[in-house]
Amino acid sequence: MSVKQKIVVVGNGMVGHHFVDEMAKHEGYEITVLSAEDRLAYDRVHLSEYFAGKTADDLALTTPEHYNELGVKFFTDAKVTNIDKTGKTVSTETGDKYEYDKLVLATGSYPFVPPIPGKEREHCLVYRTIDDLDAIQASANAGKVGVVVGGGLLGLEAANALKELGLQTHVVEFAPQLMGVQLDQDGGELLRSMIEGIGVQVHTEKATNEIIDGEDCVHRMVFADGTHLETDLILFSAGIRPYDNLARDFDLQVGERGGIVVNNECQTSDEDIYAIGECALWNNFIYGLVAPGYTMAKVAADNIIGGEQQFTGADMSTKLKLMGMDVGSIGDAHGRTAGAQSYTYFNQPDQVYKKIVVSADGKELIGAVLVGDTSEYDSLLQYALNGIELPENPDGLILPSSGDKPTLGVDALPDSATICSCLNVTKGDIIAAIDDGATDVGMVKSCTKATSGCGGCAALVKTVTDAELEKRGVEVSTDICEHFAYSRTELFHIVKAEQIRNFDTLIEKHGCGIGCEICKPAVGSILASVWNDYILQDDHLPLQDTNDTYLGNMQKDGTYSIVPRMPGGEVTPERLIVIGEVAKEYNLYTKVTGGQRIDLFGARIDQLPDIWEKLIAAGMETGHAYGKSLRTVKSCVGSTWCRYGVQDSMTMAIFLENRYKGLRSPHKIKFAVSGCTRECAEAQSKDIGVIATENGWNLYVSGNGGMKPRHGDLFATDLDDETLVKYIDRYLMFYVRTADRLTRTSVWLENLEGGLEYMQKVVIDDHLGVNAELETAMQAVVDTYQCEWKTTIEDPKQLKRFRQFVNSQEIDKNIEFVTEREQIRPARGVEKKYQGVQIHTVDITDKKVECETESA
Amino acid sequence: MTTEKKWQTICHKDDLVKHSGVCALLENEEQIAIFQLDEEKVYSVGNWDPIGEANVLYRGIIGDTQGEIFVASPLYKQRFVLNSGKCLDDDTVSINAYDTRIENEQVQVLA
Repeated sequence: MSVKQKIVVVGNGMVGHHFVDEMAKHEGYEITVLSAEDRLAYDRVHLSEYFAGKTADDLALTTPEHYNELGVKFFTDAKVTNIDKTGKTVSTETGDKYEYDKLVLATGSYPFVPPIPGKEREHCLVYRTIDDLDAIQASANAGKVGVVVGGGLLGLEAANALKELGLQTHVVEFAPQLMGVQLDQDGGELLRSMIEGIGVQVHTEKATNEIIDGEDCVHRMVFADGTHLETDLILFSAGIRPYDNLARDFDLQVGERGGIVVNNECQTSDEDIYAIGECALWNNFIYGLVAPGYTMAKVAADNIIGGEQQFTGADMSTKLKLMGMDVGSIGDAHGRTAGAQSYTYFNQPDQVYKKIVVSADGKELIGAVLVGDTSEYDSLLQYALNGIELPENPDGLILPSSGDKPTLGVDALPDSATICSCLNVTKGDIIAAIDDGATDVGMVKSCTKATSGCGGCAALVKTVTDAELEKRGVEVSTDICEHFAYSRTELFHIVKAEQIRNFDTLIEKHGCGIGCEICKPAVGSILASVWNDYILQDDHLPLQDTNDTYLGNMQKDGTYSIVPRMPGGEVTPERLIVIGEVAKEYNLYTKVTGGQRIDLFGARIDQLPDIWEKLIAAGMETGHAYGKSLRTVKSCVGSTWCRYGVQDSMTMAIFLENRYKGLRSPHKIKFAVSGCTRECAEAQSKDIGVIATENGWNLYVSGNGGMKPRHGDLFATDLDDETLVKYIDRYLMFYVRTADRLTRTSVWLENLEGGLEYMQKVVIDDHLGVNAELETAMQAVVDTYQCEWKTTIEDPKQLKRFRQFVNSQEIDKNIEFVTEREQIRPARGVEKKYQGVQIHTVDITDKKVECETESA
Repeated sequence: MTTEKKWQTICHKDDLVKHSGVCALLENEEQIAIFQLDEEKVYSVGNWDPIGEANVLYRGIIGDTQGEIFVASPLYKQRFVLNSGKCLDDDTVSINAYDTRIENEQVQVLA
């Protein structure tokens, strides 16, 4: 064919865009995209992240450049208003006309707004496009209370958005439960109590009769049962309706309740016109998820090029995190299939509900509901999708692990098993990508596009990829970097066994090149753990990360923050005054940290030694807030003051902090000691947690807060002081020796073969016979402790390093502050006076200038 | 017309920190980061980190990859090649690199 076939795509949502990507793979087609929105396709699945700081650009799925590269013509603000089926043209609102050979309608859907009197009032909005989000943000800024009408999946996401915006949030649902499509009654109830637990009010079985002026807020919603609710903002999220008006106006068949009727080829009643995504009605059903839309896009593209792919329905299983809560639903969640039976596990204290629905013969999994814990979702979905025969006792699949839980290895999955349902990537596709040369997960992802939809399959994609690579004998490298063909643990053993005391010797004997930002700090840490030399001596200095090099925490503007040690959070008024005086003298932003001490921000590098000289003179020492080392031992006051305390947690916390301070480790280490079971010090979220009992101390290990919270494991109970310290010595030293770089104790323990039980055998039963040696090694570190700042300020050569410039007394003019809440903060772009290398005459400490900057 | 470059004397070689960096001002007030590898091997690049947007590059760790010597930004770890200023992790940015030498124990930069 010499003349290119003209393909016109109406709509550039996620599905329309996916069609373009699919179609552009084939030669001989001229693709034109007409979008009614003013921007090209963006990710609507992750829309709520817009409020968490993502920009429209971050959400974009494509760019004009990308379409240009593909040779795709595109027009935004081009709303199609006319289809001429005989002349085969479409025209837009503005009168522009486009010829087509094949027309693809991907017009999507719009939010359904129930016909409630008052729905047109100001601050009554919907949640669908980026423009909607801007409107929501504007309304939220003006109000305090927000209501989402609709307790389905989208409604709850919208509620989350309102909560993020700081509104007091309510969800109003007509039905008796939340997420009625995906969850059964018990699951819905649990979800409700969890959502209410984080402060979102849920009102079910509420029909809104009208919206009128409120007394305390902008609106009052009056419900059918006579009650009412006042709010400043109303978001309607009561389902979607297909944009099928083009079909209606130009005589394509539509369903009774809307939707453009399509066949298995995704063709409408006119064979040259296709409809895909949320505007299409297949088998009397509209799919409101992105994955089936993508499949339709693929099918339509395939048919246009003469292929025979068919759309035969899609799995509507879903797993998501709603307001931090895990929810999953698979297949026949309600058990409506004839003869279906179910198994249920309901743990109210821990807020976990799991149900599986099995076929009448008990052999196949046909549905599931998971609330509060979706860790089994992937396995269950594979059982359901692939008809894998269930084990004899299927309830084992959802019961809490007792060690013998039947697991579904990835080997058991057939090649046809869908791994990424958004992009419809199967296990076979991943294997094909590896056949084509992919050698790691990153390459598999970029070849198959797996994980680029909702991202929920990332773990499974990695497992499948790793298993397949391993099967082929590809070793997943544990080398620390290109300079050493060893893991951190191996390097540790080399340093110790060969008594190596500096980096140069190590790299000369066992590595290559000059090192890098990965291996240098790692080796620096190993050397410090083993020998505990001053980390800034000549041969160690170049190894340290900048925080260690200048013994402070570098902030975004290149200044440092300063944290004096305050063991157990205890501080005398005299020292507190000195800290205050220093902060005042140097104009430092002052904040209490989560670790019960004080952080002083905004110190220039040249100010650090002077500041420390003053702190040290007042009897304080470095807090190692900059180091991968012991940070703090948080504590409550314990039996000394508290009516409930059963042990002296203060004394223990101070002892432990002083014992382990300065210990360099693979990552930072946090402790806490609580004086009774009320656990005010939150010890169970720390690397080492100690909780007082009537008889001594309970030791918890490998807890974590932060990015991936983990509840500490109870390691041993009712220990006396001496045994407690011994156990901690051994546990920590074993961690220091065997963990990978930048691995916290929580992740380390989880990845350690044998896990907690193994560590108990090592530490308590001396299973490896290394305990005496671990204790000696720890004692050596304790005995060689020095305050690095004290050593530094006493050494003139070190002090020289704290100049900003080697050839000038000036200071870095790019560092500028403005005042906020009576303290400094770094000036942001436009607030800065200094915009280049020109001579800078503004003194940033000058109060007058600060005021000017603020008003500027 | 561009201003003619000349060798500017910056500091004594003992002011450098071996295998690490120091910071200096050029005559036009631009900040540079000077790194010393061996006794005679010195490099200079602009001190401004275009990604972290702060004058901090001299506080980064020096390393090599496939024969190229780089400094890794102490803020977000992007690596900049010392003799070209090229960023190895983001080809939309780069920094200035300056010829640097030690003459009569004095560190000189061509700028």
